[in-house]
Amino acid sequence: MNFWRSNRFWAWIALSFGILYFALPLIGTFEFSLRMKRGEYSLEAYRVILGDPRFQATFLYSVMMALLTIVVGVLLVVPTAYWVRLKLPRWRPVVEFITLLPLIIPAIVIVFGYIRMYNTSSALPLTGSAFGTDILMVAGYTVLALPYMYRAVDTGLRTLDITTLTEAAESLGANKITILAKIILPNVLVAILSGAFLTFAIVIGEFVFAALLNRPAFGPFMQLIGANRAYEPAALAVIAFSITWLCMGLMQLVTRLQQHTQVKQFR
Amino acid sequence: MSVISEPVDATATVIAKPRRSMAWLGILPFLIFALLFLILPTLNIVIGAFQNPAGEFTLANIQKLFQPSILASYWISIKVSVASALLGCLIGFAIAAAIVLGGLPAWIRSPIMTFSGVASNFAGVPLAFAFLATLGRLGLVTVLLREWFGINIYAHGFNILSFWGLTLTYLFFQIPLMILIITPALDGLKREWREAAAILGANGFQYWTMVALPILWPALLGTFALLFANAFGAVATAYALTGSSLSIVPIVLFAQIRGDVLQDPHLGYALAFGMIVVTIIANTIYLWMRARSEKWVKS
Repeated sequence: MNFWRSNRFWAWIALSFGILYFALPLIGTFEFSLRMKRGEYSLEAYRVILGDPRFQATFLYSVMMALLTIVVGVLLVVPTAYWVRLKLPRWRPVVEFITLLPLIIPAIVIVFGYIRMYNTSSALPLTGSAFGTDILMVAGYTVLALPYMYRAVDTGLRTLDITTLTEAAESLGANKITILAKIILPNVLVAILSGAFLTFAIVIGEFVFAALLNRPAFGPFMQLIGANRAYEPAALAVIAFSITWLCMGLMQLVTRLQQHTQVKQFR
Repeated sequence: MSVISEPVDATATVIAKPRRSMAWLGILPFLIFALLFLILPTLNIVIGAFQNPAGEFTLANIQKLFQPSILASYWISIKVSVASALLGCLIGFAIAAAIVLGGLPAWIRSPIMTFSGVASNFAGVPLAFAFLATLGRLGLVTVLLREWFGINIYAHGFNILSFWGLTLTYLFFQIPLMILIITPALDGLKREWREAAAILGANGFQYWTMVALPILWPALLGTFALLFANAFGAVATAYALTGSSLSIVPIVLFAQIRGDVLQDPHLGYALAFGMIVVTIIANTIYLWMRARSEKWVKS
């Protein structure tokens, strides 16, 4: 028993160390972001950043990219995960492996591949126009989000008896599209939402794709500010952290809600 | 629950066979997408690594990887990745163990897990800003250490734009990732094992070295590999933090793609190919070890 008592002491040491390490950069950043006016704390850095038209433009662009990525991701992942569970269990390892590939292949390699494959002298010169490059951006972000999105949706599907649901719907005359839109989608909505929030958090500040495909996104804007200004980057970091925090908080919230409803179903 | 997810037995696939020819069309959009935007672009790079500008097969690009400056980039990349993965594993394990086994108040767990979820996704440009504002020359910690304790860390050779600076920064997402992955594994350590060990006369140290750690070993090693790959492929944090002053491989590649440095696109492909090889090795270890550890930690 004595051993586990002394354990508590070490546990507090480890925890305090952790809290110190994680709190200091956050406090440091926040404090730094307030220092723009000499001799007093002010929100000047935030005023400058939020008033910068480039901030508004790039932020809006990245929000658009994130929303498009979520839509494309959902359209791609939900039918696939549903179909694999319903009809193609043998393909499961293959599809799962593909969805995990983006964790193995560094993002910079994927975007390098895009530049080589879709350059202006290729068969499909997507990098030649802004619209084509935006397609590549959304495709790339969908790839980055694939591991998280697929896992979330697949786990959501696991709790459903999709075979019975599908047969019941078919016997009532529903076609596959109706089944997906009206039965499967609402049932995995929570999983989709949690995948979507994570996707949003990843895409909003993404740097490598946007910088190398030369699109005016929030990530490269932050980097530009970081290279040229002193206090504004700290304000940007605080804003970015708040967005990540908000996304993760919402994700936790919807997951909790799901657990509540599931418990109710079982009762 | 997990029973459903296991591969279907042979009889079911035989029954499904007559319809399979049509059924696979259902995942065709996904396969085409994966092919166009994930697999072919990657293969393109791999093939490019073995071609000369005329498109003929060559090993010259791979050979060029072994020139001192590029080997040095790989070396420093691997050093940063190993250091941040190793420290991330150790510290993350200590914190996870503190939560699960340390007898801390139960309410502490949930906020730590939530925070880990946030922090493990807080990589990239803003993370670099956070550390510059904290440990840069004018950062809060730097200034406080100097004013309160008279310690000038920059006079003692510390620099945020260095190997240790980068490692310290990477730990901000490495430690939380370790906590997220290892906490379920620690939960899986059954109480009975500890009790059985205690009944047989083992002390705490013996329980850890002879029971718990051997069981956790695959999970630990596997997570180490994952953290390694995680750090190895990271570009944005390092680029925003150090510009191009610390030439780790992803930054050399980034500069190369932008057309700044090597003036040899095929050497770029070889660089990227080298990165894939390193992360594949790391992830193979991870997947292999995870499969081994799940045998023990399941249910």
